[in-house]
Amino acid sequence: MDKMPKWADVILIPVISLLLAAILSAIVILAIGESPVEAVKLMVTGSLGSTYGWGYTLYYATNFIFTGLAVSIAFHARIFNIGGEGQAMLGGLGVALVCIYIPWPHWSLALIGATLAAAAFGAAWATVPAFLQAKRGSNIVITTIMFNFIAAALLNYLLVNVLKPVGAMDPATGKFPEVTYIPSFQDMFSTADTALFRGAPANITFFIAVAACIVVWAVIWRTRLGYELRAFGFSESAARYAGIRPTRMIMIAMMISGGLAGMMAINNVLGEAERLVLNAVEGAGFIGIAVALMGRNHPFGVFVAAILFGFLYQGGAELAFWTNIPREMIVVIQALVILFTGALDNMVRAPLERIFLSLRRAPAQPKPPAE
Amino acid sequence: MDLQTLIQLLDSTIRLAMPLLLACLAGLYSERAGIFDIGLEGKMLVAAFMSAAVAAVASTADLSGGAIAALAGFLPIWLAQIIALPLSPVFLGLLAGIGASLVFAGIHGLASITFKGNQLICGVALNFLAAGLTVVVSQAWFGEGGRTPQLPATARFNPITLPGAEAIAGVPVVGPLYADLISGHTILVYAGLLFVPLTWWILFRTRFGLRLRAVGENPAAVDTAGISVVRLRFAAVGICGILCGIAGAYIATALQAGFIKDMTAGRGFIALAALIFAKWRPWYALYACLLFGFLQAIALRPDIFEATIGMRVQVQLLDALPYILTVIILAGFVGKAVAPRAGGEPYVKER
Repeated sequence: MDKMPKWADVILIPVISLLLAAILSAIVILAIGESPVEAVKLMVTGSLGSTYGWGYTLYYATNFIFTGLAVSIAFHARIFNIGGEGQAMLGGLGVALVCIYIPWPHWSLALIGATLAAAAFGAAWATVPAFLQAKRGSNIVITTIMFNFIAAALLNYLLVNVLKPVGAMDPATGKFPEVTYIPSFQDMFSTADTALFRGAPANITFFIAVAACIVVWAVIWRTRLGYELRAFGFSESAARYAGIRPTRMIMIAMMISGGLAGMMAINNVLGEAERLVLNAVEGAGFIGIAVALMGRNHPFGVFVAAILFGFLYQGGAELAFWTNIPREMIVVIQALVILFTGALDNMVRAPLERIFLSLRRAPAQPKPPAE
Repeated sequence: MDLQTLIQLLDSTIRLAMPLLLACLAGLYSERAGIFDIGLEGKMLVAAFMSAAVAAVASTADLSGGAIAALAGFLPIWLAQIIALPLSPVFLGLLAGIGASLVFAGIHGLASITFKGNQLICGVALNFLAAGLTVVVSQAWFGEGGRTPQLPATARFNPITLPGAEAIAGVPVVGPLYADLISGHTILVYAGLLFVPLTWWILFRTRFGLRLRAVGENPAAVDTAGISVVRLRFAAVGICGILCGIAGAYIATALQAGFIKDMTAGRGFIALAALIFAKWRPWYALYACLLFGFLQAIALRPDIFEATIGMRVQVQLLDALPYILTVIILAGFVGKAVAPRAGGEPYVKER
């Protein structure tokens, strides 16, 4: 019944979509009078050519792994959580409150506390849209969009009026106490003679993100909950006949999703800024959508796609620094990736399916009997 | 609060509500036909950029000034302004804005109607595409860090003084109300207000409107009646593109003088909120947009609010209020909003 072999669905289609996005991006770069080949070279050396570059690439990738997993686990239950941005903002708030108001004895305990707080705040921010979808039938896409804006206003208010240290000008919390600083890659991998990842923001959170990928994989494909989530996503009515409660599924899927999005904050708030600033998320919540689409909602795919987007982000920053191509070029690439892997999926899929069908049919035709 | 401040507040309410209204009506056509559109923001943004860019370039060769002067000899000045409009750079800008928005609408139609893709994901993609492309292209064209040059007065939509405004201005209450509140807006504002009854008439009094609404509720029935679902939905998406184009052009060439990065500032989403608030109805859309415009107007002048109510109001609360109100409406605690039934789902013909 499958129209295509599995490898074509998992690898070939994303690769073709990505190629289309890359070709269009190259055309845009050509149109503004720059060289795409030079641009790619700059991006590769800037983001992968040194441990410093890798430090940034992996830092961005860590953010995107969390938000990508968040979007993908909701997708498994056929819920489009577009509110990762707001949930990550609230996660940041959780991290900031825990780090400022609790006197931690050691960074490892602070990291555990911050992780729990980030997940709890993110999950809490996702429960309201989830509840409204489950109980009142309000479209969760719209409510999560609205909650992004409400989160931005809330954070703006809290930072300006409540959390800003007395006398400070910019809307941000003060620096967290030094004991909460978690080890960066520089602390972890540099030896006495060679400093690796010097000044780059990648930190121990990367490994938490990798662990999250494995846990999410196990939850989705190796637990009863994961089975229920997928069954619910596949057919709500069938799931209901099987005794799976829709309300429970929506709430759980969104809480896991919001929690994962919130956990991004331990990377950018605790790991990098070491204080909570306005607009700390910088669109990573939305990139999670692109990452989940490209990764085909599989944690391993999300991991690979997140690394790719980390490369794009760091490479894009280098481009803006060395050429006349502004940083927003990454936003264009990101948009094209979402467009081709998400919205125009059938444009790539339908011709491929036809090709595979005709390939399969050809040998199956009965041969004329030999004379 | 005296009459003068009130009129000022209401005046800026109208000016700020207008892009919301145009975008909201745009979304109304699209969503009534069953195509969800969260890409209103992106369409407005790309239209804002193209209109400002073309107006800026065209303003170097302007013909309309002479035409107005020639016509003003024998016509009232406001009529001369309107007649000479198609010659002015800002009109070219408007057309360019509409064109750019239509291209985006075309992509949305292609993805969500032809290729039966996910409409929401497509909207997200288009928003990002607009946010990125406008900055990349304006940097390449103008080299001013993602903005267009400041537009001169001839390259903008200018306020029109309605007939009799000066004569009546001295009359108490009615005079200022007419001269300052009703008169003195750009032509796009009056056009936008006209679109409300027009939209109501099209949707509820014409055959096209009936079919459009039907295709958003039950496309299979429309198809059975021998009417093309695809064509109807593309028409709706096209109208949506045109209205978003006008909204974007209004922001860049009437509300402000030129394009700056991310200048739509979430208006597309407020319009979406207004659409839900209005329960997908044209007249309610007007009221919802005026309400949200009023909130924006207060947010710009918190001092007025404080002086009137005697209480300080947080600007952030005013910013968030449209979204909070929409969530409450969506939750159905106050008058439940029910979306068109076939909204968001691609129509697959039975075989």
